Amino acid sequence: MSAILYGLLGAALTGIGLFGLLVRTEPLLRILAFNLLGGGVFLVFGAVARRGAAAGFAADPVPQAIILTGIVVAFAATTLAVALAVRIAEEPGDAPGAAPGADQPPDAP
Amino acid sequence: MMVDALLAAAILAVALATVAARGTFTATALFIGYGLLLAFAWVRLGAMDVALTEAAIGAGLSGALLLGAAARMRPHRVALDRAPGRAMTAAIGLGCAGVTAALAAAILLLPDPALSLAPQVAAQIGTTGLGNPVAAVLMSFRAVDTLLESAVLVLAVIAAWSLAPKGGWGGPPGLVQPQAQGGPLALLARLLPPVGILVAVHILWIGKDAPGGKFQAAAILAAMWMLAWMAGRTAAPPVSARWLRLVVAAGPALFIAIGLLGWLAEGAFLAYPPGLALPIIMVVEIVLTASIAVALALLVIGPPGRRA
Repeated sequence: MSAILYGLLGAALTGIGLFGLLVRTEPLLRILAFNLLGGGVFLVFGAVARRGAAAGFAADPVPQAIILTGIVVAFAATTLAVALAVRIAEEPGDAPGAAPGADQPPDAP
Repeated sequence: MMVDALLAAAILAVALATVAARGTFTATALFIGYGLLLAFAWVRLGAMDVALTEAAIGAGLSGALLLGAAARMRPHRVALDRAPGRAMTAAIGLGCAGVTAALAAAILLLPDPALSLAPQVAAQIGTTGLGNPVAAVLMSFRAVDTLLESAVLVLAVIAAWSLAPKGGWGGPPGLVQPQAQGGPLALLARLLPPVGILVAVHILWIGKDAPGGKFQAAAILAAMWMLAWMAGRTAAPPVSARWLRLVVAAGPALFIAIGLLGWLAEGAFLAYPPGLALPIIMVVEIVLTASIAVALALLVIGPPGRRA
């Protein structure tokens, strides 16, 4: 049954995203991993929606609506995280360990 | 089944490649592919509304946002946490495998027959006048969720703008885009917006009876605005512009006002008077589309930068 298959895929994506979130150190890669994780969670919920197909609907519409809401909220959170990451990166000299100038090589003392 | 297995394998491969990618550009490109493949998975799961949203927002707008951020952050050295050592990485991998195993077990142990709210939706959808069950849930049965979500977008815009650096407040959001002279960007920025706006209006209107609706339409409208903005054909209005703030807040404000009127007239927040549900829902949808479109575009464009 395809619902189970996609549910298991969602479970795998959740694990992969969580791993990336914890192991990668670059802020943008962490944000990406967090979105992978989110996609996995939505897919698990989508499998539940598909199993709930009834009354002539291809999938239970209530979880679908919640997933839709979730995607938009996740996007809003992502934009905020990205704005924070960019702001920290562009802050001159304030970020600990950051090179003071943009033109210096990354390994400058 | 074969299609599903291949699609699942492709999604898994792209997800693994995204996590393993070295550079942020590579990872973002892979992530856009992941979002598009995921949209196919939603089609296979019978969730067309989610598929449209995933393709437009999960892949499209997120992709544009992250590519822009990758370009802006490249010249800067970001303070990095120390990467976990080999033993720690193994332990994290083990823990994440445990999470996956627990979720997989939960999927396999779901009750049979499956629980579903679909019969209730089918029984009550007539009261809304809508033909699309997902739209009925979003705008009527669980309208409070949609109201809160539209408010989240307003809050996100406020939060993003508050990250404006010293001296940037009140200026135009994002980086100033030079006008594209020739090339595909300049051409597409002239050709696509009229078509895109037409498609968005269609998707908004058709959303009452078929997959579509305000989020998908708003994402397309936002993309069209950003295309014109990126090509330098239109300047983003300054964040101090009153009309801009009014447009962003209008949708949620109208939704709250309708909710309060329902409380006065029908005795429950967001209760629609019988017979008037469809016109009320469509008016809210149309105003929300405008607010969400502007909010989504502003979120991708980012906070105001330093003024030159």
